[in-house]
Amino acid sequence: MSALPSTVDTVAPTLAAGHGSTVELRGLVRDFGGGAGLNGLDLAAEPGELIALLGPSGCGKTTALRALAGLERVDAGSILVDGRDVTDEPANRRDLGMVFQSYSLFPHLTSAQNVEFGLRMRKVPGAERRRRAVEALELVGLGQHGGRYAHQLSGGQQQRVALARALVTRPRVLLLDEPLSALDAKVRVQLREEIRRIQTELGITTFFVTHDQEEALAVADRVAVMRAGGIEQIGRPEELYRRPASAFVAEFVGLTNRLAATVAGGRLTVLGQEVPLASAAADGPVTAYIRPEDVVLGANGLPGEVLTSSFLGALRRTNVRLADGTELAVQHAAGDVLALGERVNIALSGAPATVSPVV
Amino acid sequence: MSRRAAQLRLGPGPVARTIIWTLLGLFFLIPLLSMLEFTLRTAKPGVYNFDRWEAVFSGETTRYDRVYQGLGNSLVLAVVTVAIVLLVLLPTMVLVELRFARLRRVLEAVCLLPIMIPAIVMVVGLAPTYAVVTQIFGSGTWTLAFAYGITVLPYAYRAIQSNVAAIDLITLSEAARSLGAGWGTVFWRAIVPNLRRGILAASALSVAVVLGEFTIASLLSRVNLQTSLLLVSQSDPFVAVIFALLALVFAFVLLVVVDRLVAARRRTAKG
Repeated sequence: MSALPSTVDTVAPTLAAGHGSTVELRGLVRDFGGGAGLNGLDLAAEPGELIALLGPSGCGKTTALRALAGLERVDAGSILVDGRDVTDEPANRRDLGMVFQSYSLFPHLTSAQNVEFGLRMRKVPGAERRRRAVEALELVGLGQHGGRYAHQLSGGQQQRVALARALVTRPRVLLLDEPLSALDAKVRVQLREEIRRIQTELGITTFFVTHDQEEALAVADRVAVMRAGGIEQIGRPEELYRRPASAFVAEFVGLTNRLAATVAGGRLTVLGQEVPLASAAADGPVTAYIRPEDVVLGANGLPGEVLTSSFLGALRRTNVRLADGTELAVQHAAGDVLALGERVNIALSGAPATVSPVV
Repeated sequence: MSRRAAQLRLGPGPVARTIIWTLLGLFFLIPLLSMLEFTLRTAKPGVYNFDRWEAVFSGETTRYDRVYQGLGNSLVLAVVTVAIVLLVLLPTMVLVELRFARLRRVLEAVCLLPIMIPAIVMVVGLAPTYAVVTQIFGSGTWTLAFAYGITVLPYAYRAIQSNVAAIDLITLSEAARSLGAGWGTVFWRAIVPNLRRGILAASALSVAVVLGEFTIASLLSRVNLQTSLLLVSQSDPFVAVIFALLALVFAFVLLVVVDRLVAARRRTAKG
C-alpha cells in the first residue's frame, strides 16, 4: 500500500496549476442486484479535463464517481490514475479530492479547520497548514470566513468551503458529486461558474456528476451521458447537443421534437421537407429528433395553430399543432408574441437531424 | 420577539410555564427536602442539628466503613460500566450505521431488550454466567460491571442513537476518508467529536443507573452502594438516608453538569 504523497512544500504555491492527471475507467462492473450499478463502464479523461457525468437517476453516474473515489468497490474492471492501477487502493490512499452532494463539513470544526483537515492527515506543519487553508479559502472567496462553523454558513458557502477543503491538498483528481443540487438556482449558476474558473486555473482533472443537463453543458469540456451503468455517448457539449448519437441522448439532452419521418436513399424527409441526416441511417420509416430552435416561424411552411406560448426571458417557446395533429415546440425571439389559437406557419431550418428506426 | 410572533408561538405562555416548572420542581424537591429533614432530626421533636452528617464525614467511627466501601465499589463499577459502553456499544453503533445499516433494527432490539426483562429474571440467567466470570476475572465487585453493561444498554443506546440520527455519519466518514483519514482517524476525529452530546448523556445515565442498582448486586452477593445502605439502614436508618440523598444529588448534579457542558459547547460552536 503506498503512502499519500507528501505535500510538505513550502516553496511551491498551495494550489499550483497544471498538475492534472489522466484517469481511465476500464470495464467497471458493479452489480447491486437492482439498478444504479455499473455495466462495463469505460471512460478516459485527459489531464486537466472536466468531464460531466450526466444521466437520469439510477444510471450509475454517482456509483462511477464513488468507485473512482474508492468509496464503492467494483466487481470487475480497473481504475487507473496516471497509468497506475488504484482499483484496490482504499479511499484514503487515492489522493483524490471530493465534494459531496449533501453538506459534508465537519460540524465541530471551523471552516479553516475543515480545510486544514486533509493537510493534517498529510502531516503538514501547523504554520504551513494555516497559510494554505487561508489561501484555499481565498480562492473560493471565503478568506474572511475561516473562523465560522458550518451552521454559520449558507449552503453555497458550505459547498465553497468543501471545495477549498478538497483542493487544498492538491489532489490528482477532483470529484464533484452533484455539489450544487441542494442550492437555489441563482447560487447554483454562480458557483458552477466559479468551479469552472478554479478548475481551469488549477488545471485539475475533474469529474462532475449532475442530472442537470444545463449544468453539464455549461461547465464541462466533455459530457458523458450515462444510461443503465454504461456510457451512451461522450463528447463536447456542442457535439452532444447538435449530433446526439441516439434517441436517448437526443431526448435527454435539451428539448426535442419527436417527429415521424422517412429515410430513402440516404435522404431524410420530415414534415414534407428534406433535412440532412446527422449520421447515416437505413432506409425506412424513422423517428426524427428536431430541436425547437431548428423549427422556424414564417410566412411559408406548414400551417398550424398556437397551443401554448411561454416567455423564457431572452426567448419564447411556443407549442404548435399542425393540421395533421402533430404537435411540436418552436423556439423563437421573445418579441414575437403569439396569441393562443393564432394561425402560424412553421418550417424546419435545415439543421442535421438525428433519427432512430421505428420499431 | 414581536407581539404577533409571540401570539403565534406554540406551547404554553410564561405563566403556565412558571406553574409547570414550579410543580415539577416541587415534585422532585419535596422528597429530597423530606429526606434532609429526616437526617437532621434529634431526639427532641422540632430540634434539628447536623450531628449525624458530622459523624458520617468526621471519620471518627468505623461504623460507616461498609457504606464507604459500597460507595467506592459503585464508583468503580460506574467507571468500568461507562468504559464498557464507550468501548463496546459506541463503536458497534457507529459500525452498524456506517457499514451494516440492515442490522440497525436488530441492534436496537437487542439494546432495548434489558429494559423489558426484570432484574431478578436477569440475575437467574446471569448467575451461571458469573460462575465462569469468577473463574476468569475473580470475584471482585468490579466484575458486576459486565452485568451493568447490559442493564444500562437501553439508556445508553437511546442517548447515543438520538445523536447519531441527527448527524450524517456516512457522509462525514466518507469526507474524512477522501481527505486521507484512516478508519481510526475517521472514528476519533470526525465521528466521536460530533457524538459528544450523546456520549456524555449515555455516560451520565449509566452512572446514575449504576449508583442506584441494588437487585443484581444483592442476588450475586456483591457489595455496592445500595446493598451497603440497606445493611446500614437496619441499624442506622438516618445514615442510609444521608447516603441515599447524596447519591441522588450526585446523579442530579452530574446530569446538570453534562447538560451545561453540552450547552456551553453549543454556544462556543455558535460563536
